[in-house]
Amino acid sequence: MYTKKVKDHFMNPRNVGSIENADAQGEIGNPQCGDIMHIDIKVENGVIVDIKFQTFGCAAAIASSSMVTEIAKGKTLIEAEKLTNQMVADALGGLPPAKMHCSNLAADALHRAIQDYRRKHPEVE
Amino acid sequence: MKCIYLDHSATTPVDPEVVTAMNPFFSMHYGNPSSMYSIAEISRDAIEQSRSTIASFINASPKEIYFTSGGTESDNQAIFTTAQKQKHKGMHIITSSIEHHAVLYAFQQLEKEGFDVTYLPVDSYGIVSPSSLQKAMRSDTTLVSIMHANNEVGTMQDILSLATIAHEKGALFHTDAVQAIGKVPVDVQLMNVDLLSSSAHKLYGPKGVGFLYAKKGTPFSSYLYGGGQENKKRPGTENVPGIVGFAKAIELAQNRSLDDHQHLQNLATFLTDGIQNLVSDVLFTGHPTQRTPGHVSVCFKYVEGESILLMLDSHGICVSSGSACTSGSLDASHVLLAMGIDSATAQGSIRLTMGRQNTMEDMKAVLNVLPEIIEKLRKMSPLC
Repeated sequence: MYTKKVKDHFMNPRNVGSIENADAQGEIGNPQCGDIMHIDIKVENGVIVDIKFQTFGCAAAIASSSMVTEIAKGKTLIEAEKLTNQMVADALGGLPPAKMHCSNLAADALHRAIQDYRRKHPEVE
Repeated sequence: MKCIYLDHSATTPVDPEVVTAMNPFFSMHYGNPSSMYSIAEISRDAIEQSRSTIASFINASPKEIYFTSGGTESDNQAIFTTAQKQKHKGMHIITSSIEHHAVLYAFQQLEKEGFDVTYLPVDSYGIVSPSSLQKAMRSDTTLVSIMHANNEVGTMQDILSLATIAHEKGALFHTDAVQAIGKVPVDVQLMNVDLLSSSAHKLYGPKGVGFLYAKKGTPFSSYLYGGGQENKKRPGTENVPGIVGFAKAIELAQNRSLDDHQHLQNLATFLTDGIQNLVSDVLFTGHPTQRTPGHVSVCFKYVEGESILLMLDSHGICVSSGSACTSGSLDASHVLLAMGIDSATAQGSIRLTMGRQNTMEDMKAVLNVLPEIIEKLRKMSPLC
């Protein structure tokens, strides 16, 4: 049902946890549907230098959270803003159709973190 | 890697003795039971002998047993045809809010067709109270269907009390006994039911065969159009090997039920105590004593069921979950929600159902890995 890449990111998730003194945070989802994703970012000169996630959810939710942190790390905010949920799913080698909507929200959580950062730092491009 | 199978409420491995009993009916005794020549008689006799074995196991008469393709078909036939046949008497039918989808969706369909349906609530253990049924009964109620044992939480209902209430108002009583037969005594006379559904593959029999018990005189009918098999109540060439296998499985259950019961109970108690001692923030669901043996259902707070299931699978341990992801819907299990469990907690549900072949070593293997799986997932969870 899941690709090797999904299984790898699910069993060995990258960048799990939270960042002390994070510059910004983003969260999406609700426990009713079974998925909550929380992302912390640290930004220097418009670049995401550190990113960590915490996720309550199924394997697809955990793997897509892990993947989005891996892709976003080292990217500029402008680059990271262009990431889509579809791109995250593609990077995982695809997700089962039933998981595309409810569990594939990691890019949205990242965007919320970037919005939070921009609200706090309107001067940064 | 050794597979530790703990999902016997989903299905069971076919017992080797069942396979042996079925084997001759594939390529040797393959005659169509409806044919005239002598080799057909062997098939016909095998079916009738199986019918007798099964009938005596549930204290019914052989003529009251109708073979079907399984639990879902039995439930559908019982519910749709009795509701339709009694339309002239009334259009009110009653079920519970924790039924298997084979019953629940049948009632929802009848609702769309104009029937008035009452879905009875359950308490926090998953029990339907006889008084709530009493209150729901009306003069136009024609059918009540309440499951014997629940598949997700194992809770068993007081079928005799419920059936008696239905009968007092002149309604028929059907029970889905798919999860009960072979695990606990099922006696249609003592339970006072009119209709009862069962399936072979839950008790070490083959998939694709079940039966509907219908008490003599019960107004039900064929659900399919075709030949005159099963006393004109279920057309289609009989699944002879399946029926023979079902009877053999019943025979084995009869011989082993006492041993099985104690063994399964011991495993479940050991596992429950172990989880309780090793993992914090857990909620065991279902009735503590009024439940099927060998059934453990538990919610782990702050984590999601599919993740637990897949991590256990990576250790070769097979269990199931009632989370939204695994239930195939957007919500967590309707059973857990009906029992008043909040959605977030219900998402972390896991069901472990033991079988004849499981050992204490299997339970220890689960307890060896489960606490660290929960800890790993909780470390990842924003709810912690």
